[in-house]
Amino acid sequence: MTITARFLAALFTVTLAGIGIASAQTEIKVGVVSTMSGPDAQPGDEMNKGIDLYVKEHQKDLPAGVKVTLIYRDDTGANPDVAKRLATELVTRDHVNILAGAVWSPNAAAIASVATEAKVPFVIMNAAGASITRASPYIIRTSFTLWLVSTPIGQWAAKQGWKKAYTAVTDYAPGFDAEGGFTKGFTDGGGTVIDKVRMPFPTDDYSPFIQRIKDSKPNVAFIFVPAGKKATAVMKAWNDLGLTKAGIKLVTTQDVMLDEELPNMGDAPLGIVSAGTYSNAATRAANQVFLNAWRNAYGEKPIADFMSVAGWDGMAAIFDVVKQTNGKFDGDAAMKILSNWKTTDSPRGPISIDPNTRDVIENVYIRRVENLNGKLANVEFETIPNVKDPWKEANPPK
Amino acid sequence: MTAKSAAHTIATFARRHRLRPMEALPWVLAVAAYFVFPDYLALGAQILATLLFGLSADLVLGYAGIVTLGHAAFYGVGAYTAGYLAAHGVGSPIIGLIAAMVAAGAVGFISGLIILRTQGLSILMLTLVVCVMLQEAANKMTSITGGADGLQGMEVQPVLGMFRFDMYGHTAYWYALGVLFLGWAVTRTIVHSSFGRSLTGIRENVARMNAIGTPVFFRLVTIYTISAMLAGAAGALIAETTQLVALNVLSVDLSGTILVMIILGGVGRLYGAFIGVPLYMIAQDRFSTIDPTYWYFWIGLLLVLVVAFARGGILGMADAVLRRFKRSP
Repeated sequence: MTITARFLAALFTVTLAGIGIASAQTEIKVGVVSTMSGPDAQPGDEMNKGIDLYVKEHQKDLPAGVKVTLIYRDDTGANPDVAKRLATELVTRDHVNILAGAVWSPNAAAIASVATEAKVPFVIMNAAGASITRASPYIIRTSFTLWLVSTPIGQWAAKQGWKKAYTAVTDYAPGFDAEGGFTKGFTDGGGTVIDKVRMPFPTDDYSPFIQRIKDSKPNVAFIFVPAGKKATAVMKAWNDLGLTKAGIKLVTTQDVMLDEELPNMGDAPLGIVSAGTYSNAATRAANQVFLNAWRNAYGEKPIADFMSVAGWDGMAAIFDVVKQTNGKFDGDAAMKILSNWKTTDSPRGPISIDPNTRDVIENVYIRRVENLNGKLANVEFETIPNVKDPWKEANPPK
Repeated sequence: MTAKSAAHTIATFARRHRLRPMEALPWVLAVAAYFVFPDYLALGAQILATLLFGLSADLVLGYAGIVTLGHAAFYGVGAYTAGYLAAHGVGSPIIGLIAAMVAAGAVGFISGLIILRTQGLSILMLTLVVCVMLQEAANKMTSITGGADGLQGMEVQPVLGMFRFDMYGHTAYWYALGVLFLGWAVTRTIVHSSFGRSLTGIRENVARMNAIGTPVFFRLVTIYTISAMLAGAAGALIAETTQLVALNVLSVDLSGTILVMIILGGVGRLYGAFIGVPLYMIAQDRFSTIDPTYWYFWIGLLLVLVVAFARGGILGMADAVLRRFKRSP
């Protein structure tokens, strides 16, 4: 009985919500496929907070009588089939105007076919696998690719005069991209990759891999693991085995030197150099505006990171479509605006969408972890402006 | 025992495999659902395919008493077989389905030859091991399976050359319903046959079945293989209707979830899956829509309630209620 009552009550609520929605004026529905439960929920949460924040701050800027509604669905992690089903349902049941989100690359690739068949634009706000934007003409990406950040850090490492590198990446597609990007940048600069290891996705114990790096005595190690708790685990192993003391340098991407994980890492990351598209500590005016809004909405505890900013920027692109069309657009009209979208006031600096590849063009920053007023922060000290995804440059479409 | 009661017992046994009008109910509901919920057909097709998977799991768990935590192994092998064929030019869904059943059956037969020699916890561990090993193999063989990115690029041709798989799930729904019906017919025939009866005997008392000369090991391997084939068919259905295969089709998670679903409905009763699978999946769909952050909590609550108040699953509870009515006229 209890169950039936619950279920009926739930159905009733949904029906009411449905009626409420129908009575609004022009409503633009954005269906967000994100990760909200399970062990991998943290990156999804960061992204969602960025999305919500933009809508909260800018709903008032929309033309009169138009509003943007977010519909969230939980894909529970890297589950492409679930993501595909959710995206299909968002299109066929909820009739969303735009699909967005996607924390994981496999999920984004799965949603691509739904976007193509339904002719619904799909704004990728995190998933960083290089080739995904080619999976559908209805995709744009506002986050980054791993080639985009790992190639510059490879070049930077080679410029320091380091000759021998060791790469250690997580054993899945974005890991291969990170490995490929770093190797390209480093070897083009005259270095050699002496050995490489791919670490299993589920592991949280990185000591055996870090020990192998230590034993082969490279000048520099490049490590990539997916953003989140794994970043802290890998830094712990690095510190415990004393690689910095052994004279081995570490370079990595923003996924490992994650702004929100830095407070959990102790002093281990001090001095470590990484490449990234966004740092919480950036002094740009647009970033200060973003951080103030963030603090007002969420307080001091959750720390905004590059995923929050990609969500924020993705919504900015969607809002521009709504503003320019007064809320009346179809998939193709929206894609015309989205694939030419650019802004100068993203929290990460100027960004734009490359109309040819529909992928993002943005600055890559080389940052060093320093102690700023008692807190560790990624301080940007070198900017490589307007970087395009190097993988797409090297692998033109057939 | 009097002659009359013996005749009565014989009549009861003779009647038990006759089709009852009630058994048409799931099919009537399934056809009705197509017309009543046109927006939910994609979910509907997934429920039907999972139902077939549930039926196959119930055959080994409920009827033969083989406690398995690795049934997704066969589901996954089926899904990858159908997916691989469709991605490499063999796009006929029927051929994919048959190939998936053969491949899954082969894996079931070979692993069954080893696993079914053990009992109790060892079986549990070994089924788990098969599932985990296959998943890790699929993760490593990226050129065949696509690894963590999933098997992309499947091109499934229209069913019988006429009905294209569409985004709304019209074709998928009928296709899954048809295959489920065949799977149900096979399962029903098996559980009511003397072979099916001997499985129940093995579940209840292995020693006695051995003593009366039943080839216990051979029977177990046979049902394990048949069940694996059905699970493979279910996997192929999912692969063909969603046009995507990912590593989670081989996950221990899924093996556990399917057990939860059939336990919810009632184990070892053929129709347990017909109650448990739709209930679980519809609840999951509703809860995750209404409360995308904490929906797992509501699923958990549902399961706790069923375990606490409806032992033997929902069908078990229904039986208990019916019995009480009969006893107090």
